Amino acid sequence: MQSSRREILYGLLFLLPAIVILLVFKVLPILLAFNISFHEWGIAGDKGFVGLQNYKFLLKDRYFWQALWNTVMYTVFSVPLSILIALLLAYLLNQNIKAVGFFRTVYFLPVVTSLVAVSVVWKWLYNPQRGLFNAILSFFHLSPLKWLEEPRGIFEMITGRDLPFFLEGPSLALFALVILSVWKSLGYNIVIFIAGLKNISETYYEAARIDGAGRWQIIKDVMLPLLSPTTFYVLIMTTISSFQVFAPVWMMTGPPTGGPLGKTSVVIYYLYRKGYEEYQVGYGSAIAFVFFVIILIITIYQRKVSEKRVYYEV
Amino acid sequence: MKSKISTWKVVVYLLLVIFALFSILPFYWMITTSFKTPAESITVPPTWIPRTVSLSSYKTVLTKISFPRYMYISFITAILTIAGSLLTALLAAYAFSWIQFKGRDVIFMGFLSLMMVPMPVYIIPLFLVVQRLGWLDTLQVMIVPWTVSIFSIFLLRQNMRTIPKDLYDAAVIDGCSRLRFLFQIIVPLIRPAITTMVIFEFISSWNTFMWPLMVINKDRLRPIQVGLAYFAQGETTNYPALMAASTLAIFPLVILFFIAQRQIIESYARTGLKE
Repeated sequence: MQSSRREILYGLLFLLPAIVILLVFKVLPILLAFNISFHEWGIAGDKGFVGLQNYKFLLKDRYFWQALWNTVMYTVFSVPLSILIALLLAYLLNQNIKAVGFFRTVYFLPVVTSLVAVSVVWKWLYNPQRGLFNAILSFFHLSPLKWLEEPRGIFEMITGRDLPFFLEGPSLALFALVILSVWKSLGYNIVIFIAGLKNISETYYEAARIDGAGRWQIIKDVMLPLLSPTTFYVLIMTTISSFQVFAPVWMMTGPPTGGPLGKTSVVIYYLYRKGYEEYQVGYGSAIAFVFFVIILIITIYQRKVSEKRVYYEV
Repeated sequence: MKSKISTWKVVVYLLLVIFALFSILPFYWMITTSFKTPAESITVPPTWIPRTVSLSSYKTVLTKISFPRYMYISFITAILTIAGSLLTALLAAYAFSWIQFKGRDVIFMGFLSLMMVPMPVYIIPLFLVVQRLGWLDTLQVMIVPWTVSIFSIFLLRQNMRTIPKDLYDAAVIDGCSRLRFLFQIIVPLIRPAITTMVIFEFISSWNTFMWPLMVINKDRLRPIQVGLAYFAQGETTNYPALMAASTLAIFPLVILFFIAQRQIIESYARTGLKE
Protein backbone atom coordinates (compact mmCIF):
# COMPACT_ATOMS: atom_id res chain seq x y z
CA MET A 1 0.00 0.00 0.00
CA GLN A 2 1.25 3.49 -0.86
CA SER A 3 1.42 5.66 2.20
CA SER A 4 -0.45 8.75 1.16
CA ARG A 5 -0.30 12.02 3.02
CA ARG A 6 -3.81 11.37 4.33
CA GLU A 7 -2.71 8.06 5.81
CA ILE A 8 0.25 9.65 7.59
CA LEU A 9 -2.05 12.30 9.01
CA TYR A 10 -4.52 9.72 10.26
CA GLY A 11 -1.80 7.52 11.66
CA LEU A 12 -0.20 10.32 13.65
CA LEU A 13 -3.57 11.66 14.76
CA PHE A 14 -4.52 8.27 16.21
CA LEU A 15 -1.14 7.90 17.89
CA LEU A 16 -1.09 11.45 19.20
CA PRO A 17 -2.73 10.92 22.62
CA ALA A 18 -0.46 7.99 23.47
CA ILE A 19 2.67 9.75 22.22
CA VAL A 20 1.99 13.00 24.07
CA ILE A 21 1.36 11.26 27.38
CA LEU A 22 4.38 9.00 26.98
CA LEU A 23 6.61 11.95 26.10
CA VAL A 24 5.57 13.98 29.11
CA PHE A 25 5.27 11.22 31.71
CA LYS A 26 7.84 8.68 30.60
CA VAL A 27 10.38 9.87 28.02
CA LEU A 28 10.93 13.24 29.67
CA PRO A 29 11.39 11.72 33.16
CA ILE A 30 13.82 9.11 31.81
CA LEU A 31 15.92 11.81 30.15
CA LEU A 32 15.67 13.96 33.27
CA ALA A 33 16.80 11.04 35.43
CA PHE A 34 19.89 10.65 33.29
CA ASN A 35 20.63 14.36 33.36
CA ILE A 36 19.91 14.86 37.06
CA SER A 37 22.19 11.97 37.98
CA PHE A 38 25.12 14.23 36.99
CA HIS A 39 23.86 17.10 39.13
CA GLU A 40 24.14 17.86 42.77
CA TRP A 41 20.46 18.26 43.52
CA GLY A 42 19.21 18.10 47.09
CA ILE A 43 16.75 19.88 49.33
CA ALA A 44 18.40 23.19 48.46
CA GLY A 45 17.61 22.64 44.78
CA ASP A 46 19.79 22.13 41.73
CA LYS A 47 23.39 23.08 42.55
CA GLY A 48 24.57 22.36 39.05
CA PHE A 49 26.57 19.82 37.06
CA VAL A 50 29.03 17.76 39.09
CA GLY A 51 30.05 15.15 36.56
CA LEU A 52 30.40 11.65 37.93
CA GLN A 53 30.38 12.71 41.59
CA ASN A 54 27.09 10.92 42.42
CA TYR A 55 28.31 7.72 40.79
CA LYS A 56 31.65 7.91 42.57
CA PHE A 57 29.87 8.37 45.85
CA LEU A 58 27.64 5.41 45.02
CA LEU A 59 30.66 3.13 44.64
CA LYS A 60 31.74 3.96 48.19
CA ASP A 61 28.29 3.97 49.76
CA ARG A 62 28.16 0.81 51.84
CA TYR A 63 24.38 1.16 52.36
CA PHE A 64 23.92 1.01 48.63
CA TRP A 65 26.07 -2.12 48.39
CA GLN A 66 24.18 -3.66 51.25
CA ALA A 67 20.87 -2.93 49.49
CA LEU A 68 22.21 -4.39 46.26
CA TRP A 69 23.51 -7.49 48.03
CA ASN A 70 20.15 -7.95 49.78
CA THR A 71 18.33 -7.60 46.47
CA VAL A 72 20.56 -10.24 44.90
CA MET A 73 20.05 -12.59 47.86
CA TYR A 74 16.30 -12.02 47.73
CA THR A 75 16.24 -12.82 44.02
CA VAL A 76 18.62 -15.76 44.19
CA PHE A 77 16.43 -17.43 46.79
CA SER A 78 12.91 -16.46 45.76
CA VAL A 79 13.17 -17.08 42.02
CA PRO A 80 14.39 -20.72 42.03
CA LEU A 81 12.13 -21.61 44.95
CA SER A 82 9.08 -20.20 43.23
CA ILE A 83 9.96 -21.82 39.91
CA LEU A 84 10.68 -25.25 41.39
CA ILE A 85 7.50 -25.39 43.46
CA ALA A 86 5.41 -24.01 40.61
CA LEU A 87 6.88 -26.55 38.22
CA LEU A 88 6.15 -29.39 40.63
CA LEU A 89 2.56 -28.28 41.21
CA ALA A 90 1.93 -27.64 37.51
CA TYR A 91 3.23 -31.11 36.74
CA LEU A 92 1.00 -32.66 39.40
CA LEU A 93 -2.04 -30.71 38.21
CA ASN A 94 -1.37 -32.05 34.72
CA GLN A 95 -1.75 -35.67 35.91
CA ASN A 96 -5.44 -36.13 35.10
CA ILE A 97 -6.47 -35.41 38.63
CA LYS A 98 -9.87 -34.36 39.89
CA ALA A 99 -10.62 -30.84 41.08
CA VAL A 100 -7.89 -29.21 38.96
CA GLY A 101 -9.98 -26.05 38.80
CA PHE A 102 -10.30 -25.90 42.56
CA PHE A 103 -6.56 -26.21 43.19
CA ARG A 104 -5.74 -23.76 40.44
CA THR A 105 -8.10 -21.20 41.96
CA VAL A 106 -6.67 -21.64 45.43
CA TYR A 107 -3.06 -21.27 44.25
CA PHE A 108 -3.98 -18.28 42.15
CA LEU A 109 -5.83 -16.29 44.79
CA PRO A 110 -2.69 -14.60 46.25
CA VAL A 111 -1.75 -13.32 42.79
CA VAL A 112 -4.66 -10.89 42.50
CA THR A 113 -4.44 -9.57 46.05
CA SER A 114 -2.54 -6.41 46.89
CA LEU A 115 1.00 -6.62 48.21
CA VAL A 116 0.21 -3.97 50.80
CA ALA A 117 -2.68 -5.94 52.32
CA VAL A 118 -0.90 -9.28 52.31
CA SER A 119 2.14 -7.60 53.85
CA VAL A 120 -0.01 -6.51 56.78
CA VAL A 121 -1.31 -10.07 57.11
CA TRP A 122 2.12 -11.71 56.88
CA LYS A 123 3.59 -9.30 59.36
CA TRP A 124 0.93 -10.50 61.77
CA LEU A 125 1.73 -14.14 60.96
CA TYR A 126 5.41 -13.43 61.64
CA ASN A 127 4.77 -11.57 64.89
CA PRO A 128 7.38 -12.93 67.35
CA GLN A 129 5.10 -12.90 70.41
CA ARG A 130 1.58 -13.54 69.12
CA GLY A 131 2.05 -14.66 65.54
CA LEU A 132 0.68 -17.89 64.12
CA PHE A 133 4.03 -19.17 62.85
CA ASN A 134 5.66 -19.10 66.26
CA ALA A 135 2.52 -20.70 67.73
CA ILE A 136 2.93 -23.54 65.24
CA LEU A 137 6.65 -23.84 66.07
CA SER A 138 5.92 -24.03 69.79
CA PHE A 139 3.22 -26.65 69.13
CA PHE A 140 6.01 -28.83 67.74
CA HIS A 141 8.20 -27.88 70.72
CA LEU A 142 10.54 -25.81 68.57
CA SER A 143 11.97 -22.56 69.83
CA PRO A 144 10.29 -19.41 68.49
CA LEU A 145 11.99 -17.27 65.87
CA LYS A 146 12.29 -13.50 65.60
CA TRP A 147 11.39 -13.66 61.89
CA LEU A 148 11.32 -10.09 60.55
CA GLU A 149 13.44 -8.84 63.43
CA GLU A 150 16.21 -11.41 62.98
CA PRO A 151 19.37 -10.00 61.34
CA ARG A 152 21.32 -13.29 61.38
CA GLY A 153 21.79 -15.16 58.12
CA ILE A 154 19.82 -18.38 57.70
CA PHE A 155 22.90 -20.54 57.10
CA GLU A 156 24.53 -19.03 60.14
CA MET A 157 21.45 -19.95 62.19
CA ILE A 158 21.32 -23.49 60.83
CA THR A 159 25.01 -24.25 61.31
CA GLY A 160 25.33 -22.21 64.52
CA ARG A 161 28.70 -20.86 63.37
CA ASP A 162 30.09 -17.48 62.48
CA LEU A 163 30.32 -17.55 58.70
CA PRO A 164 31.90 -15.06 56.29
CA PHE A 165 29.18 -12.68 55.11
CA PHE A 166 28.81 -14.18 51.62
CA LEU A 167 28.08 -17.60 53.13
CA GLU A 168 25.65 -16.36 55.78
CA GLY A 169 22.82 -16.46 53.30
CA PRO A 170 19.96 -13.99 53.50
CA SER A 171 19.04 -12.83 56.98
CA LEU A 172 15.99 -14.59 58.37
CA ALA A 173 14.20 -11.23 58.05
CA LEU A 174 14.94 -11.17 54.33
CA PHE A 175 14.12 -14.84 53.98
CA ALA A 176 10.74 -14.16 55.55
CA LEU A 177 10.13 -11.77 52.67
CA VAL A 178 11.31 -14.48 50.26
CA ILE A 179 8.64 -16.84 51.60
CA LEU A 180 6.00 -14.16 51.12
CA SER A 181 7.17 -13.59 47.56
CA VAL A 182 7.07 -17.32 46.74
CA TRP A 183 3.56 -17.52 48.20
CA LYS A 184 2.44 -14.51 46.16
CA SER A 185 3.95 -15.50 42.81
CA LEU A 186 3.33 -19.24 42.94
CA GLY A 187 -0.12 -19.21 41.31
CA TYR A 188 1.00 -17.06 38.42
CA ASN A 189 3.97 -19.30 37.66
CA ILE A 190 1.82 -22.43 37.95
CA VAL A 191 -0.66 -21.07 35.41
CA ILE A 192 2.12 -20.22 32.96
CA PHE A 193 3.71 -23.66 33.42
CA ILE A 194 0.37 -25.42 32.90
CA ALA A 195 -0.06 -23.49 29.66
CA GLY A 196 3.46 -24.58 28.67
CA LEU A 197 2.78 -28.22 29.53
CA LYS A 198 -0.46 -28.18 27.54
CA ASN A 199 1.57 -27.13 24.50
CA ILE A 200 3.67 -30.28 24.60
CA SER A 201 2.13 -32.86 22.33
CA GLU A 202 1.10 -36.14 23.96
CA THR A 203 2.93 -38.03 21.19
CA TYR A 204 6.33 -37.20 22.68
CA TYR A 205 5.36 -38.83 25.97
CA GLU A 206 3.89 -41.84 24.18
CA ALA A 207 7.01 -42.32 22.12
CA ALA A 208 9.13 -42.21 25.27
CA ARG A 209 6.83 -44.66 27.04
CA ILE A 210 6.98 -47.09 24.12
CA ASP A 211 10.76 -46.89 24.35
CA GLY A 212 10.40 -47.98 27.96
CA ALA A 213 11.22 -44.72 29.71
CA GLY A 214 10.19 -44.39 33.36
CA ARG A 215 8.36 -41.44 34.90
CA TRP A 216 11.51 -39.64 36.01
CA GLN A 217 13.23 -40.23 32.69
CA ILE A 218 10.25 -38.79 30.82
CA ILE A 219 10.30 -35.71 33.05
CA LYS A 220 14.03 -35.23 32.68
CA ASP A 221 14.56 -36.03 29.03
CA VAL A 222 11.26 -35.14 27.42
CA MET A 223 9.19 -32.75 29.50
CA LEU A 224 11.83 -30.38 30.89
CA PRO A 225 13.68 -29.82 27.59
CA LEU A 226 10.41 -29.19 25.77
CA LEU A 227 9.26 -26.89 28.54
CA SER A 228 12.48 -24.87 28.63
CA PRO A 229 11.17 -21.87 26.63
CA THR A 230 8.42 -21.47 29.24
CA THR A 231 10.85 -21.93 32.12
CA PHE A 232 13.12 -19.34 30.59
CA TYR A 233 10.26 -16.88 30.24
CA VAL A 234 9.19 -17.39 33.85
CA LEU A 235 12.81 -17.01 34.96
CA ILE A 236 13.18 -13.62 33.28
CA MET A 237 9.85 -12.28 34.49
CA THR A 238 10.31 -13.43 38.07
CA THR A 239 13.88 -12.16 38.25
CA ILE A 240 13.01 -8.72 36.92
CA SER A 241 10.06 -8.34 39.23
CA SER A 242 12.11 -9.63 42.20
CA PHE A 243 14.63 -6.90 41.58
CA GLN A 244 11.88 -4.33 41.92
CA VAL A 245 10.54 -5.48 45.29
CA PHE A 246 9.42 -2.51 47.36
CA ALA A 247 6.01 -2.68 49.07
CA PRO A 248 6.69 -5.63 51.44
CA VAL A 249 9.96 -4.04 52.60
CA TRP A 250 8.30 -0.72 53.28
CA MET A 251 5.29 -2.35 54.91
CA MET A 252 6.90 -5.08 56.98
CA THR A 253 10.43 -4.01 57.91
CA GLY A 254 10.86 -0.33 57.18
CA PRO A 255 10.94 2.59 57.67
CA PRO A 256 13.43 3.92 58.56
CA THR A 257 16.37 1.64 57.78
CA GLY A 258 14.78 -1.37 56.15
CA GLY A 259 14.83 -4.22 58.59
CA PRO A 260 17.14 -5.07 61.49
CA LEU A 261 20.54 -3.49 60.76
CA GLY A 262 19.36 -2.68 57.26
CA LYS A 263 19.18 -6.39 56.45
CA THR A 264 16.09 -6.06 54.28
CA SER A 265 16.96 -2.79 52.60
CA VAL A 266 16.68 -3.43 48.85
CA VAL A 267 17.67 -1.27 45.89
CA ILE A 268 14.27 0.28 45.19
CA TYR A 269 13.68 0.85 48.87
CA TYR A 270 17.03 2.62 49.12
CA LEU A 271 16.22 4.62 46.00
CA TYR A 272 12.93 5.69 47.58
CA ARG A 273 14.64 6.69 50.81
CA LYS A 274 17.42 8.70 49.18
CA GLY A 275 15.61 10.18 46.20
CA TYR A 276 12.25 10.85 47.79
CA GLU A 277 12.34 10.85 51.58
CA GLU A 278 15.72 12.56 51.89
CA TYR A 279 15.10 14.45 48.65
CA GLN A 280 18.60 13.78 47.29
CA VAL A 281 17.28 13.85 43.76
CA GLY A 282 20.66 13.74 42.04
CA TYR A 283 21.91 10.83 44.06
CA GLY A 284 18.58 9.00 43.78
CA SER A 285 18.73 9.31 40.00
CA ALA A 286 22.22 7.83 39.96
CA ILE A 287 20.87 4.85 41.93
CA ALA A 288 18.00 4.60 39.45
CA PHE A 289 20.39 4.45 36.51
CA VAL A 290 22.65 1.85 38.06
CA PHE A 291 19.50 -0.17 38.74
CA PHE A 292 18.43 0.21 35.12
CA VAL A 293 21.81 -0.95 33.83
CA ILE A 294 21.61 -4.03 36.09
CA ILE A 295 18.16 -4.89 34.74
CA LEU A 296 19.42 -4.48 31.18
CA ILE A 297 22.43 -6.71 31.84
CA ILE A 298 20.23 -9.43 33.32
CA THR A 299 17.92 -9.30 30.32
CA ILE A 300 20.77 -9.45 27.82
CA TYR A 301 22.61 -12.18 29.71
CA GLN A 302 19.49 -14.32 30.03
CA ARG A 303 18.80 -13.86 26.31
CA LYS A 304 22.31 -15.01 25.45
CA VAL A 305 22.11 -18.07 27.69
CA SER A 306 18.70 -18.95 26.37
CA GLU A 307 19.84 -18.81 22.76
CA LYS A 308 22.37 -21.51 23.57
CA ARG A 309 20.46 -23.72 25.95
CA VAL A 310 16.76 -23.31 25.39
CA TYR A 311 15.23 -25.95 23.21
CA TYR A 312 12.86 -24.63 20.60
CA GLU A 313 10.30 -26.94 19.14
CA VAL A 314 10.58 -27.20 15.36
CA MET B 1 0.40 -52.48 39.50
CA LYS B 2 -2.99 -51.17 40.57
CA SER B 3 -1.88 -50.40 44.11
CA LYS B 4 1.27 -48.71 42.82
CA ILE B 5 -0.82 -46.28 40.81
CA SER B 6 -2.97 -45.42 43.78
CA THR B 7 0.07 -44.77 45.98
CA TRP B 8 1.25 -42.33 43.36
CA LYS B 9 -2.16 -40.65 43.36
CA VAL B 10 -2.11 -40.35 47.14
CA VAL B 11 1.27 -38.63 46.98
CA VAL B 12 0.02 -36.29 44.25
CA TYR B 13 -3.08 -35.26 46.19
CA LEU B 14 -1.14 -34.94 49.42
CA LEU B 15 1.33 -32.51 47.85
CA LEU B 16 -1.45 -30.55 46.19
CA VAL B 17 -3.36 -30.27 49.46
CA ILE B 18 -0.30 -29.21 51.46
CA PHE B 19 0.45 -26.36 49.09
CA ALA B 20 -3.23 -25.45 48.89
CA LEU B 21 -3.20 -25.07 52.67
CA PHE B 22 -0.07 -22.93 52.37
CA SER B 23 -1.90 -20.67 49.89
CA ILE B 24 -5.07 -20.46 51.95
CA LEU B 25 -3.67 -20.19 55.46
CA PRO B 26 -2.85 -16.44 55.43
CA PHE B 27 -6.35 -15.64 54.18
CA TYR B 28 -7.92 -17.89 56.76
CA TRP B 29 -5.90 -16.24 59.49
CA MET B 30 -6.70 -12.78 58.19
CA ILE B 31 -10.46 -13.40 58.19
CA THR B 32 -10.69 -15.26 61.50
CA THR B 33 -8.51 -12.67 63.26
CA SER B 34 -10.70 -9.89 61.88
CA PHE B 35 -13.71 -11.39 63.66
CA LYS B 36 -11.96 -11.90 66.99
CA THR B 37 -11.98 -9.44 69.84
CA PRO B 38 -8.62 -7.71 70.42
CA ALA B 39 -8.23 -9.74 73.62
CA GLU B 40 -8.86 -13.06 71.90
CA SER B 41 -6.54 -12.22 69.01
CA ILE B 42 -3.48 -12.26 71.27
CA THR B 43 -4.17 -15.35 73.36
CA VAL B 44 -1.40 -17.93 73.52
CA PRO B 45 -1.91 -20.47 72.01
CA PRO B 46 -4.15 -18.76 69.44
CA THR B 47 -7.67 -19.98 68.72
CA TRP B 48 -8.25 -21.52 65.29
CA ILE B 49 -11.95 -20.73 65.38
CA PRO B 50 -13.04 -17.43 66.95
CA ARG B 51 -14.89 -18.07 70.20
CA THR B 52 -17.08 -15.08 69.62
CA VAL B 53 -17.75 -13.53 66.26
CA SER B 54 -17.31 -9.82 66.70
CA LEU B 55 -18.00 -7.28 63.98
CA SER B 56 -16.61 -4.39 65.97
CA SER B 57 -13.28 -4.23 64.14
CA TYR B 58 -15.12 -3.76 60.84
CA LYS B 59 -17.17 -1.06 62.50
CA THR B 60 -13.96 0.60 63.69
CA VAL B 61 -12.38 0.51 60.25
CA LEU B 62 -15.48 1.72 58.44
CA THR B 63 -16.36 4.53 60.81
CA LYS B 64 -13.33 5.76 62.74
CA ILE B 65 -10.96 5.71 59.76
CA SER B 66 -11.97 7.00 56.35
CA PHE B 67 -11.85 3.57 54.76
CA PRO B 68 -15.00 4.03 52.65
CA ARG B 69 -13.44 7.24 51.38
CA TYR B 70 -10.18 5.45 50.46
CA MET B 71 -12.12 2.80 48.58
CA TYR B 72 -14.12 5.45 46.78
CA ILE B 73 -10.89 7.18 45.67
CA SER B 74 -9.47 3.89 44.45
CA PHE B 75 -12.63 3.12 42.47
CA ILE B 76 -12.73 6.54 40.83
CA THR B 77 -9.02 6.37 40.03
CA ALA B 78 -9.31 2.88 38.60
CA ILE B 79 -12.33 3.69 36.44
CA LEU B 80 -10.84 6.89 35.00
CA THR B 81 -7.45 5.24 34.43
CA ILE B 82 -9.13 2.38 32.60
CA ALA B 83 -11.25 4.76 30.51
CA GLY B 84 -8.21 6.81 29.54
CA SER B 85 -5.92 3.93 28.73
CA LEU B 86 -8.66 2.13 26.82
CA LEU B 87 -9.10 5.16 24.60
CA THR B 88 -5.38 5.72 23.97
CA ALA B 89 -4.80 2.00 23.45
CA LEU B 90 -7.68 1.57 20.97
CA LEU B 91 -6.51 4.53 18.89
CA ALA B 92 -2.84 3.58 18.98
CA ALA B 93 -3.47 -0.10 18.33
CA TYR B 94 -5.64 0.85 15.40
CA ALA B 95 -2.90 3.04 13.95
CA PHE B 96 -0.31 0.30 14.43
CA SER B 97 -2.39 -2.41 12.78
CA TRP B 98 -4.71 -0.76 10.25
CA ILE B 99 -3.07 2.40 8.98
CA GLN B 100 -0.02 2.10 6.74
CA PHE B 101 2.30 5.07 6.98
CA LYS B 102 5.96 5.89 6.89
CA GLY B 103 7.65 5.87 10.27
CA ARG B 104 5.04 3.63 11.83
CA ASP B 105 7.46 0.82 12.54
CA VAL B 106 10.03 3.21 13.99
CA ILE B 107 7.43 4.57 16.41
CA PHE B 108 6.42 1.01 17.22
CA MET B 109 10.01 0.10 18.05
CA GLY B 110 10.19 3.18 20.25
CA PHE B 111 7.14 2.00 22.17
CA LEU B 112 8.68 -1.46 22.49
CA SER B 113 11.89 -0.16 24.01
CA LEU B 114 10.01 2.17 26.35
CA MET B 115 8.15 -0.82 27.72
CA MET B 116 11.47 -2.23 28.92
CA VAL B 117 12.19 0.68 31.25
CA PRO B 118 10.90 -0.23 34.72
CA MET B 119 8.91 2.40 36.58
CA PRO B 120 11.38 2.89 39.48
CA VAL B 121 13.99 4.15 37.00
CA TYR B 122 12.08 7.35 36.29
CA ILE B 123 9.78 7.68 39.28
CA ILE B 124 11.76 10.44 41.01
CA PRO B 125 12.00 12.77 37.98
CA LEU B 126 8.34 11.95 37.29
CA PHE B 127 7.66 13.25 40.76
CA LEU B 128 9.52 16.47 39.85
CA VAL B 129 7.46 16.78 36.66
CA VAL B 130 4.09 16.51 38.41
CA GLN B 131 5.36 18.80 41.16
CA ARG B 132 6.20 21.41 38.53
CA LEU B 133 2.72 20.98 37.06
CA GLY B 134 1.28 21.64 40.53
CA TRP B 135 -0.37 18.24 40.55
CA LEU B 136 0.74 16.98 43.96
CA ASP B 137 -2.27 16.05 46.08
CA THR B 138 -4.72 15.98 43.21
CA LEU B 139 -6.83 13.23 41.72
CA GLN B 140 -5.36 13.57 38.22
CA VAL B 141 -1.83 12.86 39.40
CA MET B 142 -2.89 9.28 40.08
CA ILE B 143 -4.64 8.98 36.72
CA VAL B 144 -3.15 10.95 33.81
CA PRO B 145 0.46 9.61 33.90
CA TRP B 146 -0.93 6.07 33.71
CA THR B 147 -3.44 6.51 30.91
CA VAL B 148 -1.09 4.90 28.40
CA SER B 149 -0.30 1.25 28.85
CA ILE B 150 2.09 0.06 26.16
CA PHE B 151 1.28 -3.50 27.10
CA SER B 152 -2.42 -2.86 26.42
CA ILE B 153 -1.58 -1.29 23.06
CA PHE B 154 0.27 -4.46 22.09
CA LEU B 155 -2.49 -6.69 23.36
CA LEU B 156 -5.14 -4.87 21.33
CA ARG B 157 -2.88 -4.60 18.29
CA GLN B 158 -2.28 -8.35 18.26
CA ASN B 159 -6.02 -8.89 18.23
CA MET B 160 -6.81 -6.23 15.63
CA ARG B 161 -4.29 -7.76 13.24
CA THR B 162 -6.30 -10.96 13.04
CA ILE B 163 -9.31 -9.15 11.57
CA PRO B 164 -9.49 -9.56 7.76
CA LYS B 165 -8.64 -6.42 5.78
CA ASP B 166 -11.60 -6.80 3.42
CA LEU B 167 -13.81 -5.69 6.23
CA TYR B 168 -12.45 -2.17 6.02
CA ASP B 169 -12.84 -1.93 2.26
CA ALA B 170 -16.46 -3.01 2.60
CA ALA B 171 -17.02 -0.47 5.35
CA VAL B 172 -15.44 2.34 3.34
CA ILE B 173 -17.70 1.59 0.38
CA ASP B 174 -20.59 1.95 2.77
CA GLY B 175 -19.24 5.40 3.68
CA CYS B 176 -17.99 4.51 7.13
CA SER B 177 -15.43 6.84 8.71
CA ARG B 178 -12.28 5.56 10.38
CA LEU B 179 -13.47 6.38 13.86
CA ARG B 180 -16.86 4.79 13.31
CA PHE B 181 -15.17 1.76 11.82
CA LEU B 182 -12.96 1.45 14.89
CA PHE B 183 -15.67 1.84 17.49
CA GLN B 184 -18.60 0.15 15.76
CA ILE B 185 -16.92 -2.71 13.93
CA ILE B 186 -13.50 -3.43 15.46
CA VAL B 187 -14.35 -2.93 19.12
CA PRO B 188 -17.12 -5.58 19.21
CA LEU B 189 -14.82 -8.01 17.39
CA ILE B 190 -12.01 -7.74 19.93
CA ARG B 191 -14.19 -7.64 23.02
CA PRO B 192 -12.38 -10.56 24.78
CA ALA B 193 -9.05 -8.72 24.50
CA ILE B 194 -10.65 -5.55 25.83
CA THR B 195 -12.07 -7.48 28.79
CA THR B 196 -8.60 -8.88 29.53
CA MET B 197 -7.14 -5.42 29.38
CA VAL B 198 -9.80 -3.93 31.66
CA ILE B 199 -9.27 -6.71 34.22
CA PHE B 200 -5.48 -6.19 34.27
CA GLU B 201 -5.83 -2.44 34.49
CA PHE B 202 -8.31 -2.69 37.33
CA ILE B 203 -6.12 -5.05 39.33
CA SER B 204 -2.99 -2.98 38.84
CA SER B 205 -4.75 0.32 39.51
CA TRP B 206 -6.43 -0.98 42.66
CA ASN B 207 -3.13 -2.38 43.96
CA THR B 208 -0.89 0.52 43.02
CA PHE B 209 1.15 1.75 45.96
CA MET B 210 4.53 3.39 45.41
CA TRP B 211 3.33 6.24 43.21
CA PRO B 212 0.36 7.43 45.33
CA LEU B 213 2.54 7.01 48.41
CA MET B 214 4.82 9.66 46.93
CA VAL B 215 2.35 12.11 45.45
CA ILE B 216 -0.62 12.01 47.85
CA ASN B 217 -0.35 13.53 51.28
CA LYS B 218 -3.90 14.55 52.09
CA ASP B 219 -5.86 11.90 53.90
CA ARG B 220 -9.03 12.57 51.91
CA LEU B 221 -7.26 11.78 48.61
CA ARG B 222 -5.56 8.58 49.71
CA PRO B 223 -6.32 5.48 47.69
CA ILE B 224 -7.00 2.28 49.58
CA GLN B 225 -3.47 0.86 49.60
CA VAL B 226 -1.92 4.05 50.91
CA GLY B 227 -4.70 4.48 53.45
CA LEU B 228 -4.12 0.93 54.63
CA ALA B 229 -0.35 1.45 54.75
CA TYR B 230 -0.63 4.53 56.96
CA PHE B 231 -3.20 2.83 59.13
CA ALA B 232 -0.85 -0.15 59.57
CA GLN B 233 2.05 2.17 60.43
CA GLY B 234 0.07 3.83 63.19
CA GLU B 235 -1.89 0.90 64.51
CA THR B 236 0.42 -1.77 65.90
CA THR B 237 -1.64 -3.53 68.54
CA ASN B 238 -5.24 -3.84 67.37
CA TYR B 239 -4.76 -6.90 65.16
CA PRO B 240 -8.45 -7.55 64.45
CA ALA B 241 -8.80 -4.01 63.10
CA LEU B 242 -5.67 -4.43 60.96
CA MET B 243 -6.99 -7.69 59.56
CA ALA B 244 -10.44 -6.20 58.93
CA ALA B 245 -8.77 -3.33 57.04
CA SER B 246 -6.70 -5.79 54.96
CA THR B 247 -9.78 -7.86 54.23
CA LEU B 248 -11.60 -4.78 52.96
CA ALA B 249 -8.60 -3.76 50.86
CA ILE B 250 -8.57 -7.04 48.94
CA PHE B 251 -12.33 -7.62 49.02
CA PRO B 252 -13.24 -6.04 45.64
CA LEU B 253 -10.48 -7.97 43.90
CA VAL B 254 -11.47 -11.26 45.46
CA ILE B 255 -15.07 -10.68 44.40
CA LEU B 256 -13.91 -9.80 40.90
CA PHE B 257 -11.72 -12.89 40.90
CA PHE B 258 -14.57 -15.21 41.85
CA ILE B 259 -16.91 -13.67 39.28
CA ALA B 260 -14.49 -13.76 36.36
CA GLN B 261 -12.14 -16.45 37.63
CA ARG B 262 -11.74 -18.46 34.47
CA GLN B 263 -11.33 -15.36 32.37
CA ILE B 264 -8.74 -13.88 34.72
CA ILE B 265 -6.61 -17.00 34.97
CA GLU B 266 -6.77 -17.59 31.23
CA SER B 267 -5.88 -13.97 30.55
CA TYR B 268 -2.77 -14.32 32.65
CA ALA B 269 -1.87 -17.61 31.01
CA ARG B 270 -2.37 -16.29 27.49
CA THR B 271 -0.60 -12.99 27.79
CA GLY B 272 1.93 -13.94 30.44
CA LEU B 273 1.67 -10.58 32.09
CA LYS B 274 3.14 -9.88 35.45
CA GLU B 275 1.85 -6.95 37.45
